Amino acid sequence: MISLAQVLTLSGILFAIAVAGLFLNRKNIILLLMCIELMLLAVNFNFIAFSRFLGDINGQIFVFFILTVAAAEAAIGLAILVVLFRERRSIDVEDLDTLQG
Amino acid sequence: MQNIYLTIVLAPFLASLAAGLGGRLIGRAGAHLVTIAAVALSCALSLYVLDKFLLDGMPTYDAPVYTWLVSDGLHLGVGFYIDRLTAMMMAVVTFVSLMVHVYTVGYMHADPGYQRFFSYISLFTFAMLMLVMANNFMQLFFGWEAVGVISYLLIGFWYTRPTAIAANLKAFLVNRVGDFGFVLGIAAVLYYTGSLDYATVFAHATSFAGAEIHITPTVAWPAITFTCICLFVGAMGKSAQVPLHVWLPDSMEGPTPISALIHAATMVTAGIFMVARMSPLFELSETALSTVLIIGATTALFMGLVGIVNNDIKRVIAYSTLSQLGYMTVALGVSAYGAGIFHLMTHAFFKALLFLAAGSVIEAMHHEQDMRRMGGLKKYMPITYWTCLVGALALIGFPGTSGFFSKDALIEAVGESHRIGSGYAYFAVVTGVFITALYTFRMFFMTFHGTPRMEEQTRRHLHESPWTITVPLVLLAIPAAAIGWFTIGPLLFGDFFSGAIHVLPANDVLAKAGAEFAGPVSFIGRAFLALPVYLAALGVFTAWLFFLEKPELADRAERSGRWLYEILVHKFGFDWFNSRVIAAGSRLLGGGLWRYGDQMLIDGAAVNGSARIVGWLSAVVRYAQSGYLYHYAFAMILGLASLLFWLLWRT
Repeated sequence: MISLAQVLTLSGILFAIAVAGLFLNRKNIILLLMCIELMLLAVNFNFIAFSRFLGDINGQIFVFFILTVAAAEAAIGLAILVVLFRERRSIDVEDLDTLQG
Repeated sequence: MQNIYLTIVLAPFLASLAAGLGGRLIGRAGAHLVTIAAVALSCALSLYVLDKFLLDGMPTYDAPVYTWLVSDGLHLGVGFYIDRLTAMMMAVVTFVSLMVHVYTVGYMHADPGYQRFFSYISLFTFAMLMLVMANNFMQLFFGWEAVGVISYLLIGFWYTRPTAIAANLKAFLVNRVGDFGFVLGIAAVLYYTGSLDYATVFAHATSFAGAEIHITPTVAWPAITFTCICLFVGAMGKSAQVPLHVWLPDSMEGPTPISALIHAATMVTAGIFMVARMSPLFELSETALSTVLIIGATTALFMGLVGIVNNDIKRVIAYSTLSQLGYMTVALGVSAYGAGIFHLMTHAFFKALLFLAAGSVIEAMHHEQDMRRMGGLKKYMPITYWTCLVGALALIGFPGTSGFFSKDALIEAVGESHRIGSGYAYFAVVTGVFITALYTFRMFFMTFHGTPRMEEQTRRHLHESPWTITVPLVLLAIPAAAIGWFTIGPLLFGDFFSGAIHVLPANDVLAKAGAEFAGPVSFIGRAFLALPVYLAALGVFTAWLFFLEKPELADRAERSGRWLYEILVHKFGFDWFNSRVIAAGSRLLGGGLWRYGDQMLIDGAAVNGSARIVGWLSAVVRYAQSGYLYHYAFAMILGLASLLFWLLWRT
């Protein structure tokens, strides 16, 4: 039997990998989108784990919502990415420093 | 009476405006006519007022004329306080001023600034009258500053001469030092009595005496001593006492009538007058009076010494003025205010006379002032010669002349005093008699006797001055010779100044000196039993021997006493000290403050420094502003994590 702590640790590790990927990645903006997806998955993991161990089905319903929103978000993110590529001819993270002002 | 007083003050003022602003409208003749008429009117009315006091025993007049402003219960205004002291000063000021006005007609006739000159001297008369007639400290201060400004204008009257400009600047700056003390003194008076009116202040004098000023929590000075010394610092500036005397000899750059009126007879005596006026305050502080005494004695003795080596005829008389002002100050210092004022009066006459005579000589010599190029003027200028002789005799205290009565009484009063410093002062004034006689007759012999040393060209044009010059000389010679006879009894040993001057009975040295007084004749007789008359005679003899009979003796004395001669020629190094230590020190301090305080600290650290710190800080902060989204996200996560950590840690 897998304990709650083990599941939570796994989701924590997944989340940490996602955060690390977000920061360490210097090349591709698609990787950023993937990392965000991974974060959402880590959160989903938490939801399912608590739903299972607390015997509350609401957590699993939330997961469906999140997956739906994540899919929509991925679609929008990719759309933005395509526009960005058209605009700048590059999807390198290094080049995206216009927030500096 | 108020109308009379107002007329006395305002007539010269209006005349000054007319002469100064009238320009071509009234012309040169108009300028001197209107000013002379106004001052003559003032003089006549002043004599009338004096007469009222003398014969009718008029009570003291003290009334405001005009309120200038009222602030927090403090009334500042114009008012007159006329008692016998004031009346006498008014008479002396207006009389000498009138003589100088008349004299100026002859002396300045060729000067392009003729009208300006008359405007100034009339304005001076106005300011001096405001000073002596004031009934409050504010008006006194107004007159005090006004005479200072006019003195400045007149020393620099020939403003194209660099020396004159330097001299008037010097006079003004040195007087600022004195005035600073004076203002502090006035402020202290206001602080401790709550009023600036003489009558109120003098009424509060005794409560004043108990007050103390805490310099530090443990050190306390008597407030009265502090106040009196501050006031006296003002007097030191105006009356040219050591070490603030340096401006007076230089003020001789001005035209001679000015030297006579302002820098001998009237303005420089303002300090003496002020201290006498403040006698109810000064009487309460032995320390302040001792200070006055010692400074006066130093001035009387040492400034006279400088007069012996000077070759400029006007400067010799200027040093003599310094020395005589020292005598007056000594008299104030031993509480013999009456003697000081008496000497002030006689000095005004004979010193104005001497200056005007010197001016007559200078005019005849085509503005040559060096006595080494004079000599033998007696036969060319008989009137000047005889009047100058009267002045010189009065100055050295020849028995019977006005100067004799005042100076002898003064010395006697000093001898009676037991105040700290009176021994030194007695030595100074008695030695001073010999020195006075020496330099006066050195000047007299070098100018009027001996062989003529001027150029042939000048000698052929020598002639007696016109009547506008000689008449004032004669008119001044009369009081210089004779006024002592009538005035010594009532003025000095009578009760003329009772009510105007306050002397504590214990300090009343004049009463002690006058205990045996039985008329001027016996006073003269008694003088022959004392040293001063013989010292004066010895001084005249020495002058005759050294500078007329055997001039080589003077040269030999100069060589053998080289170091002494050098000290005297350099006037004890006061000018050197002022320019090298005080002025250079101030410049050094200013330069240092500019370089380190202004450039380094304010400009460098405060202004540019703060800008630089902001620049450096923003350079650091700019690194954080990378523009990369993930940096911002990282910061957010980091912040969130630390917030959570803190929350958990707390519980």
